[in-house]
Parts: sequence; C-alpha cells; structure tokens
Amino acid sequence: MQQARTQIPFFFTIGKATFNLIGSLGAMAIFFSEGFFKIFRPKQIREIVNQVFYIGAKSTTIVMLIGLFTGMVLGLQLYYTLIKFNAEGMLGSVISMSLIRELGPVLTAIMITARAGSAMAAEIGILRISEQIDALYTMRIDPMRYIVSPRIAAAIISFPLLTAFFDLIGIIGGYLTGVLLLGVNEGAYFYRVQVYLELVDIRGGFLKSLVFAVLVATICCFQGYFTHMRTDSYGAKSVSLSTTSAVVISCVMILVSDYVVTSLLM
Amino acid sequence: MSSRHFSCRTSVDTPLIEFRDVTKRFGDRTILDKISLKIYENQITTIIGKSGTGKSVLLKHIIGLLTPDEGTILFRGMPVHEMGRGEWDAYRSQISYMFQNNALFDSLTVFDNVALPLRQTTNLRKREVMKKVVTRIQQTELSEVARKYPSELSGGMQKRVALARALVTDPKIVLFDEPTTGQDPIRKNIILSMIAHYRRQFGFTAVLISHDIPDVFFISDRIILLWEGKAAFEGSYEESTHLDHPMIDELLHSMEGFQDELTGLLSKQVFRNRYTMTLQKGQLDSTISAILFTVEFDLVADMFGAPVFEILKIMGQNINDFFGPLGGFSARHERNQLLTILPHIGLHDAQALLEKFTHQLQEKAFSDIQLMIQSRMGADMCLNLSVKAGVIEGKSTDDIDTIMAMAEASQTTVGVYKCESRGEAH
Repeated sequence: MQQARTQIPFFFTIGKATFNLIGSLGAMAIFFSEGFFKIFRPKQIREIVNQVFYIGAKSTTIVMLIGLFTGMVLGLQLYYTLIKFNAEGMLGSVISMSLIRELGPVLTAIMITARAGSAMAAEIGILRISEQIDALYTMRIDPMRYIVSPRIAAAIISFPLLTAFFDLIGIIGGYLTGVLLLGVNEGAYFYRVQVYLELVDIRGGFLKSLVFAVLVATICCFQGYFTHMRTDSYGAKSVSLSTTSAVVISCVMILVSDYVVTSLLM
Repeated sequence: MSSRHFSCRTSVDTPLIEFRDVTKRFGDRTILDKISLKIYENQITTIIGKSGTGKSVLLKHIIGLLTPDEGTILFRGMPVHEMGRGEWDAYRSQISYMFQNNALFDSLTVFDNVALPLRQTTNLRKREVMKKVVTRIQQTELSEVARKYPSELSGGMQKRVALARALVTDPKIVLFDEPTTGQDPIRKNIILSMIAHYRRQFGFTAVLISHDIPDVFFISDRIILLWEGKAAFEGSYEESTHLDHPMIDELLHSMEGFQDELTGLLSKQVFRNRYTMTLQKGQLDSTISAILFTVEFDLVADMFGAPVFEILKIMGQNINDFFGPLGGFSARHERNQLLTILPHIGLHDAQALLEKFTHQLQEKAFSDIQLMIQSRMGADMCLNLSVKAGVIEGKSTDDIDTIMAMAEASQTTVGVYKCESRGEAH
C-alpha cells in the first residue's frame, strides 16, 4: 500500500476516492432500506403526519411562489422565441410540458431541499451531538424508526404533491404573462395544453419527484445521523458542515438523477 | 503505574452486573483495560475516578450503547452478548440511563419528554400513560412546569425532568452519569439526596458517576475507583477510609479546591499547606492544640441526604465563626469529621474554649439545625445526631495524621440533638 502511494499517487488517490464513494453509496442504500421498511412499524402515523405537515404543508407557499414566477418567466421567454416562428399558439403546450416533465420536479425538489432538507440534517445532527439519539436508544426507542422513517415517508408523500402544485401554478403563471400580458389566445393556450400533454409526461414527472424524494430524504437524514462520525470537525461545526453537505449533495444528486431518469424515460 | 486491585465485598449475593476482564479501545487508546468489577442489587454504587478514565464508557457498556472489544459483561450471571433478542430486550427494559447533560428533547414539553418512553415502547392507553406520567411529575415536584419546554427550566429542574423520564418506566437499574455536574454546592447535594430518596421510594439499583467527593459517599453503599482503565478499589466507604492507597489520596487531593464547598472550611490540601507554612516555619517546638469534631447521625438521618449536608454546613460555619477569630483554622476530614488547629494555645485553654463552644453548640448550632430540619422535612419528621469532640495538645512538628489519630482516641460526646427534645450538651 505504501509503495503504491508513493509510486503512483494519482491512481492511489482515484482508487481511494472510488472506494470511499462506493462505501458511502452502500451505507446510504442500507440506511434508506432500513428507514423505509421501518415506516410500516406501529406508532408511526402520528410522526409521519407531523413530518408531512413540516416538509409538505409548510413548504406549500414557497413552492407555489416559485412555481408562479417560473411559469411567468417561461411565458415571457417562450413567447418571444415562438413568435419568431409564428408559433406563439404553442405557448401553452411548451410551458406545460417544460414544467411537468422537467422544471416542476427539479425546482420543487431543490426548493424542498433548501427549506426542509437542510432543517432535517441540522435537526438530526443536533439530536446526535446532544446525545438525544443515544437517549432514544437507552429508552428502547429505535432512532431509525422514530427519527428517520417518518421523514422518508413524509418526503415520499410530499414531493409529488408539491410538484403537482408547482406544475399547476406554473401553468397559471404562463397564462398570466402569455395570455393576459402578451395577448396569446386564451382558448388556444389551454387547448394546446390539453392536446399535447400526455399521461406519460405526467407519470414521468411524478416518477422523478419520487426519486428526488428518496434521494433528498436519505442524503439529508444520513448526513445528520452520522454527524458524529465526521473526521473534519466536531460539535456545532460538524452540524454546520453536515447541513452544507446535505444540501450540496442533494442538489447535485437531483440534477444527476434527473438526467439518468430522463434518459431512461425517453 | 501498575494498578493493584483491592476488593472488599459488601454482599455475598450474586452480583447483578459483573464485568469480567472487559477491554475497550478507541483507536490506539485503551480506555478500559481488562477491568473486572461487580455491581450488587438494591445498592447505590458510585464510580469515582479522574476525567478520561472511562467512567462514562463503563456505564455505556452496561446499557449497550458500547460493546466491549474483549471480555464479558454478565447480568445475573448471564453473558449479555449471548442473550437472544427477547432476553436482550427484557434486560434493557430494566435499565434507565440519566445522561450527564440530561439529553432532554428540546422540542417536547416536560410532560411529553416524560411520556415519550411510555408512548413509544408500551401499548398503554392514553389515560394510563397520562396517569403514570402525572404521578412521576408530581413525585419529582414538576407539576407547575409540566407544559414548559426544557430550555425554560433551571439546571436543577432539568435534572429532575431527566430523572422523572428515567423512572417513568419503573426500571430496576438506573445509571446516573455525573448527575451533579455544573450544579452549585446546594443543588448538588439536593440532587444527591434526591437520588437516595427516590432509590428508597422506587427501589431500584443505582450506579452513579460522581466527582462530589466526599459528599457522594453519604448516599453510596459501594464505591468503585477507576484508575488507568482498571477498578483500583471496590468496597464500602468505611473500607475505603482504612485503605492506605496512593491513588485514593491523589484522587481526593486532585479534586479539592481552595475551599470545601459544603462546609465553607479550608480544603484538606490547603489546610495541610497552611499547617506547614504557619506553624512549622521557624518555630519548631511551638505548642498547638487540635480539636477533632465528629458528627454522627442516626440511621434515619443518614437516609435523608440533604438535611445531613445542611447539618455539616451549619457545623462548619459555627466552628469557623467561633475558632476563626482566635487564629484557629479548620478543615473537613472524612465525610463527617472536622479538625480545628489552634496555634500557640495549650491544652487547658483549648479545653476551656471547647467548653464555651459546647454552649454555643446548644444555643445556636442546634437551634439552626432544628429550624433547618423543620423547614426542610416538616414539623413531624424526626432526626437525631450527636457531636463528639476530642482535644489534644501537640507540637507544631507533629504530623497531621498523628494529631488526628490522637484526637480521635480522646473523643467524648459533647452534644446530642434529639428531635423531640431539641439539643442537649454535656
């Protein structure tokens, strides 16, 4: 090992990083599966409802606000693009397909990561460093069941619902700029949405939101849960770094998995 | 430094929990090094030792938060790592753990914190949970703050919440990890007496980590001294006082500050330094007198914890107020012995001073004690104590331990306090 390190440092570094990455992915997969199966244990309903309220209901306003302005911007940008080809009548279909297939799931997931994912990582991290997770164990309360499972369940429930809200409000935002501001025909706008949008588009969008839900919940909970295992920092600093890592890794993974799922759906 | 193992059995029963050659390492550091010790049922076992000697690690092994790298932990003679899932669960259901920092859930109210283990681990109905939680909250005098959050409470109250949560499941064993850390001297003793009081009330086995030497010895049935990863001593408080062991001396001295927090007198170390500096310097043969007071409690008093601490505090203050202006200086030796040195005073004068002090004992100290007992325990509660004193004359070159031994040998009872008759002095 020592010889490899000195003779071919580049390959040694790459190899070590790869091993670490595979190890982390494996640990996260086990973490998710344990958390997922414990959703179905008794006494979970109340905790799941609490988390749906926090991750889902409390994120509704911000998600709808972002959806509205995303739709309005799309309306503006696409109108001036489509008018060059005398195709402004297609505005409704282009906006709805962009939102439902791509922008809705991705932007919703990023918004929830920023709002609730960071909070998940920080809250669990604080529970860890203040020994509250150990306290749960000493009380014979499984920390995975009590802390992680409800958050995974809540994310799986909330992400598709919030994505649907985002899509709907985004289409209305496009209507506000395209129809009311720029004068696209109102009937043509909604007719094109209805004609060109297919069930497979909606299904694909929801599939993405489910994948993002699993990724975001797993990454954020994992980062918080193993805050104490960090070797680069301790205490409050480790919670801070875990939260940062949770948000950054989640956002990157949302975009990477978006490409993977899109290519599989095409 | 190699550790010798002194074991003094206080019970012939099978131990409730036994460590056999348990080793725990964190990286290159060996925290527990083939440690063997025993914890007996229905006793308060106190683990003492310097910081970083593995006291918390030891406690975490008992509850299963950590597992040993080598060795065996036995519960009623059965190795815990060989237990099946059901047995392990049954074993853990008998243990509660009170964390050093309480580990209360900040987002839950006091009531919800206490109710949490019942709601999550039992199938009790809502009404039954409510009843049990309310009972524990009342017993720990938290009724007025049941709807408050932990951050709104004082440190002492948070300790009581942690204790209520630890006791709500009716555990057979409660592990206390430094329950008095960060508390002021009065609150420390209240917490210690609270542990002793609830141990009697609920009948559990307590394992306690504490640095509050010697106050913690009042409530301890058994003491375990951890030293360099091993149990250097196991036994009762009385056995530890007869043990001439450098590690115990070093530990006791290292934990003493400038003052004995409870009595307000000098710490033993400062007392010894002052003795050497003021008496032995330049006057090799100057006369001194020494008075050794011993406060003895009856069995009932010993069980009440907090009043015992308060009585020692009152005695310390009275001795200091009386002998201090005369040039005397005093310190507490052992848990209930107070030694006063009177420089340049002969035996005859010292005896006269003791006689005067005996009058003050009856007039003031016993009155203060009576008032304190009535305010703390109510008018109907009873507590008896006696004060012994021994006065000797010596030379300033005499060793403190020799003086102590001589004074102890000459002790006679100088005051008796009985609950029904206030105090009487001889």
